[in-house]
Amino acid sequence: MRKFVVVLGLLALACGGSPSGSAPPTIDVFAAASLTDAFKAIGGSFHGASARFNFAGTPTLVTQIEQGAHADVFASADTTNMDKLKADGFVSGEPKVFAHNQLEIVVGASNPKGITSLSDLARPGVIYISAAPTVPAGKYAAQALAKAGVTVHPRSLETDVKSVVSKIELGEADAGIVYTTDVKAAGTKVTGVQIPDAYNVVATYPIVVVKGTGNATAASAFIDYVLSAEGQAKLASFGFQ
Amino acid sequence: MRREKAPLWIGLLAALGAAFFIIPLVGLVVRAPWGDAARSLTSADSLEALKLSLIASLSSTALALVLGVPLAWVYARVDFPGRAVVRALTTLPMVLPPVVGGIALLLAFGRRGLLGSWLALVGVSLPFTTAGVVLAETFVAMPFLVLTVEAGLRSMDRRYEDAARTLGARRWTVFTRVTLPLIAPSIFAGAVLCWARALGEFGATITFAGNFPGVTQTMPLAVYLLLETNNPQGSYVLSLVLLLVSLAVLVGLRHRWLGSA
Repeated sequence: MRKFVVVLGLLALACGGSPSGSAPPTIDVFAAASLTDAFKAIGGSFHGASARFNFAGTPTLVTQIEQGAHADVFASADTTNMDKLKADGFVSGEPKVFAHNQLEIVVGASNPKGITSLSDLARPGVIYISAAPTVPAGKYAAQALAKAGVTVHPRSLETDVKSVVSKIELGEADAGIVYTTDVKAAGTKVTGVQIPDAYNVVATYPIVVVKGTGNATAASAFIDYVLSAEGQAKLASFGFQ
Repeated sequence: MRREKAPLWIGLLAALGAAFFIIPLVGLVVRAPWGDAARSLTSADSLEALKLSLIASLSSTALALVLGVPLAWVYARVDFPGRAVVRALTTLPMVLPPVVGGIALLLAFGRRGLLGSWLALVGVSLPFTTAGVVLAETFVAMPFLVLTVEAGLRSMDRRYEDAARTLGARRWTVFTRVTLPLIAPSIFAGAVLCWARALGEFGATITFAGNFPGVTQTMPLAVYLLLETNNPQGSYVLSLVLLLVSLAVLVGLRHRWLGSA
């Protein structure tokens, strides 16, 4: 009998754990993997709520939200996935664009293969990896290569853009195409090679309140903060435009 | 077995425990798009993942047999200093998070790894190759074979070996003609278990070998990526295939683990 009471108690905790008191609300922010460092910094200086982050490849986030994961804010690395979530009816209000990003070639710290352009990626002996084409970063990378007329066969399609950078850092691959911000975030462990504007792709990041959130006010306040001069300055310091 | 009636609360909690496993499986079966199953399964990507999974898991089972049976024999028969430590280390992958295994493999066999940097000198590079997948799967799955075979060796009747030896058989002959046939059921069970574990391997594979269709994208990786494409139907179907395989393994080996009940 006592055991059963304990089980009931646990169930009650699991079901109705709504915090009371004057503590700031907690909001769940689902954000594209490329936003990891910038949003952690933004979350640290935002006082309207305590923000918990879930970073992953954008399509993973869309699937999680559509399968019922609790999210208050969704920040996407492209408009396609945002449009899909909106079309499926999981979005409250209009998404707002809060940042832009560009692509760079990422290579090892000393650029051991001497890569200076997109066409160098197709050289024999160069191990090129990319984010999967289902992830915005992978889609943009393919677009940039197509614009430059370069045909490259990636050796691996990583699940998000951060794993591309990790494999370059580890030295397992020679080059990848990632966001400018990822190269900046990795510091001295990697080197970035610029892609000319003619071939580069501008990534657009929209943000929105997820429908059915119990924290609509706090969620909107977070988005307002991201769009504010302070939030934009934070994003800029991480290389977003 | 002495039968008795379960007290109410034990019965209820037991039912809850069983439902916890059964409901997710029912969910998978109910939500799977049966109408499209054949088409999803025979799509080029799925077939490629299926083929690669079979090749890689069978290769790693073969590798595990070649290396694992002798290892199990040494564990069961030879007393050497540090035996307990070595045995614990080779059992570790059973409880180690596979991603950690993948990172460890990168640091050992990656291009800049302890051994990998030497391999690179002779032009061998394992990450991003099917050989890398086989390595990752063997790392995670071989302990299942070793432990099963070791248990078989410990419980076998050694008088047969003694008899063969008194009749003049050499040790190698005793091993191949007496020991191996006697522990064949354990070897088979261990190999099946090892194969099933290799087939389901995800973490070490994606970390060490990466993900590319036809080269390193095995079924579990395909399942995960299909889920990511916002079109999870295909991932349900592939999940179902993996579920059926696991079920077949359990049914095939039921006398070993499930008892005769």
